[in-house]
Amino acid sequence: MPQILVEDLAKTYRVAERDPGLLGAVKGLVHRRHRTVEALRNVSFSLEAGELLGFIGPNGAGKSTTIKILSGILRPDSGTVLVNGRVPFTDRIAHVSRIGVVFGQRTQLWWDLPVIEGFDLLADIYRVDSARYRANRDELVDLLRLAPVLDQPVRQLSLGQRMRAEIAAALLHEPDILFLDEPTIGLDAPSKLAVREVVARLNRERGVTVLLTTHDMHDIEALAQRVIVIGHGQVLADSPFETLRANVLAERRLIVDFAHEAPDVTLPGVEIRSRRGQTLELAFDPARTPTPTVIAAIAAAHEVVDIHVGEPAIEEVIARFYALHGAGEA
Amino acid sequence: MDAARPYLAAFSSRFLLMLQYRAAAIAGFATQCWWGGIKVMIYAAFFAAAPAAAAASPMTLAQVITYTWLAQALLALTPWNADPEVALAVRTGAVAYDRLRPVDTYSLWYVRGGAWMASRALPRAALMLLGAGLVLPLIGLSDWAWKPPPSFAAAAAFAISLPLALALATAFLMIVNIIVAATLTDRGINVLFNSLIIVFSGNLLPLALYPDWAQTALLIQPFAGMMDIPLRLYVGQLQGSEALLGLGLQVFWTVALILLGRVAMARVMRRLDVQGG
Amino acid sequence: MNSAALLLRYFSASLRSQLQYPGSAIMLGIGAFLTTIIDMLAAWALFDRFGQVQGWGLGHIAVFYGVVSTSFALTDFFTRGFDVFGGEFVKTGAFDRVLLRPRSPALQLIGYEFRLSRFGRLAQALLVLFVGAAVVGVTWSPDKILLLAWTITGGVALFTGLLVLQASFAFWTTESLEVFNVLTYGGIQAAQFPLSLYAGWFRNFLIFVVPLGCVAYYPVLAILDQPDPLGAPDWWLPTAPAMGFVFLAASFLAWRAGIRRYTSTGS
Repeated sequence: MPQILVEDLAKTYRVAERDPGLLGAVKGLVHRRHRTVEALRNVSFSLEAGELLGFIGPNGAGKSTTIKILSGILRPDSGTVLVNGRVPFTDRIAHVSRIGVVFGQRTQLWWDLPVIEGFDLLADIYRVDSARYRANRDELVDLLRLAPVLDQPVRQLSLGQRMRAEIAAALLHEPDILFLDEPTIGLDAPSKLAVREVVARLNRERGVTVLLTTHDMHDIEALAQRVIVIGHGQVLADSPFETLRANVLAERRLIVDFAHEAPDVTLPGVEIRSRRGQTLELAFDPARTPTPTVIAAIAAAHEVVDIHVGEPAIEEVIARFYALHGAGEA
Repeated sequence: MDAARPYLAAFSSRFLLMLQYRAAAIAGFATQCWWGGIKVMIYAAFFAAAPAAAAASPMTLAQVITYTWLAQALLALTPWNADPEVALAVRTGAVAYDRLRPVDTYSLWYVRGGAWMASRALPRAALMLLGAGLVLPLIGLSDWAWKPPPSFAAAAAFAISLPLALALATAFLMIVNIIVAATLTDRGINVLFNSLIIVFSGNLLPLALYPDWAQTALLIQPFAGMMDIPLRLYVGQLQGSEALLGLGLQVFWTVALILLGRVAMARVMRRLDVQGG
Repeated sequence: MNSAALLLRYFSASLRSQLQYPGSAIMLGIGAFLTTIIDMLAAWALFDRFGQVQGWGLGHIAVFYGVVSTSFALTDFFTRGFDVFGGEFVKTGAFDRVLLRPRSPALQLIGYEFRLSRFGRLAQALLVLFVGAAVVGVTWSPDKILLLAWTITGGVALFTGLLVLQASFAFWTTESLEVFNVLTYGGIQAAQFPLSLYAGWFRNFLIFVVPLGCVAYYPVLAILDQPDPLGAPDWWLPTAPAMGFVFLAASFLAWRAGIRRYTSTGS
């Protein structure tokens, strides 16, 4: 049986709507109009122990709702959720003892307490055996390079230091599963790299199952073996990252520098993406229009200075994928 | 006119903004009904228990009851807390923006603070008048109701005194604001001043009901002008030359506190400028 | 680690974070002491002017007040989490974090903050209580001390119930309802005077709806060895504080309903 099993998950919210202005506020006091938002419909997937899954989708697609249900703080309207064989929201205390959660935007540490004291308190809250706690804590402090900030109050940490402390805090009770909700949001480049390295190591060396949501495709590229794309409350794709890339990335880019003003290129299956002075950016599907054919056709018709072949940036790929499925920002 | 424009704009925008907090006004009203109701019942019990002392009291029960409702209605006119906007501006460092505007910072904060208190007081006072002035007599409790002023003179004196009370309260609010700006926190200061205000403005108990030997001192201290003097004028307990004295005290303390505030502000701002905001 | 030991840990953590701003805690403590001193000022001035009321004097009022204020000061010491629950937990979503930890939410909220500044109120309340008792001539026999402890425990249960109820409402309103201050701070004000001074409907409210009278008026009558002038039976007087626990139990029903709502709407 998989470690995480999700079947036909559905969740709707009722959202109160209000007309703008003073009149709207008064009307809202008397009579509230409600709109039903389908946050999730028929979401199914499963995860084996030790997997590292990336969860991506536009804002409002249902990522956070799914994480909240999996972590036991939200009940679904219908569907089955089993984590380690337990239903998260009916067996909350047993469930949350075995998971670790990091919300990128919120702290779980105590603002005015030194980091180390927050860790000690968490160990007490989670009833961690003190010898195991100390060993585990020292390892995490080492891994996350936290030693220099242990005695500082959390409010004095930089964002990057705080996020590393948050991740350590989520792992003090040695959970089998780690949920990371936008762990790299707002971090500088070195901190992002540190977070990625730690997550990868935890997954590899301790076999911690990781479920990661992010808007940063480099996180996905660096970490995720498997990706679920979610949009409009549905699973749009569930595949290894390379498959996703191959499917959506079935596009080549050709950047051509001409010796003169960039001409209008009209070739079947080739689109002009951008034009800047003497440079054109062209896009085409190599399966239908082979790259050499395109190059030859252009070189034959125009005086070309340089040609560069590339792939679109990953953000662009994902944005196009959403557009393809009609799953833009909800 | 043009010189006053930024201050008028600051006043009206804050006033309109605060009027929108209806839920807060209703919550405030419920609180005031409860406190007012308890006090009225207690006063009635005391007046009934000691007829001789009641006859000798400087205020009749009816006057005390009207005073009590009015005090609850005008509760928000007393400078309970530092203007939260100023406290926030100090905490976030946004106070530097106020220094950059081509206006006098003291005046700007003053009108904004005045608008803040007036807008909070207005809906609460209207609700209270409706409840204690209209509903209570209608349900047969007119003995416990908020009564109109006994004479035209009393009404006129109150009409002059109330804006003065706002001016005085705002001048005091500015002192609190400046202390907040100087100490960079509003936590302790609010609690300390609350106690002073609640006692010496007459909110806790009409000042006239304290022992006779304390009366002169209670009347001439600055907090009396924020609530007790206008309310005594309203119920007709201060009349003739005493009424003029009351109004004069309000004017005196307003001018004195504004001068004090301006001097203090100049010093604090110089320090903030040196620190770089 | 069991719940009691964990509370101790929370307590020491809270202590240390407050000591980061020692000036503020001291100011708040002094402020609390001063604020509560003035609670008795109006009563003193009224008795000074009018003399006794229905046989009650300032000493009696001091005992009523001291008992109820002690209960509240003790409650206020550990219920900060419930007090700020709407604004700090529901509105911000920080309650998610509470649910993510393997402990009961109520326990974690108690651990949120222990307010040292409340000792200002506690000291003042106990002072007023024992001075008042000396004035009216209470002799503290062991059974009276026991009765006092039981009364204060009932009062703590009642005030805790009020704060839990306030927090429960926040699941729906997402704001901390300050109207509840009417029942806590206003309750102290109301309960410091004997119920016989009030109109009948208000008396009933203080007995049957929010039983402040049961954790102050009735048991204090027993401490003062006085029968109820309103005619409640003698056995009831020392029993009444139990109503505080009834109220607390009812509040926790609302609390559980609130958590159920939170976990089904996520907001």
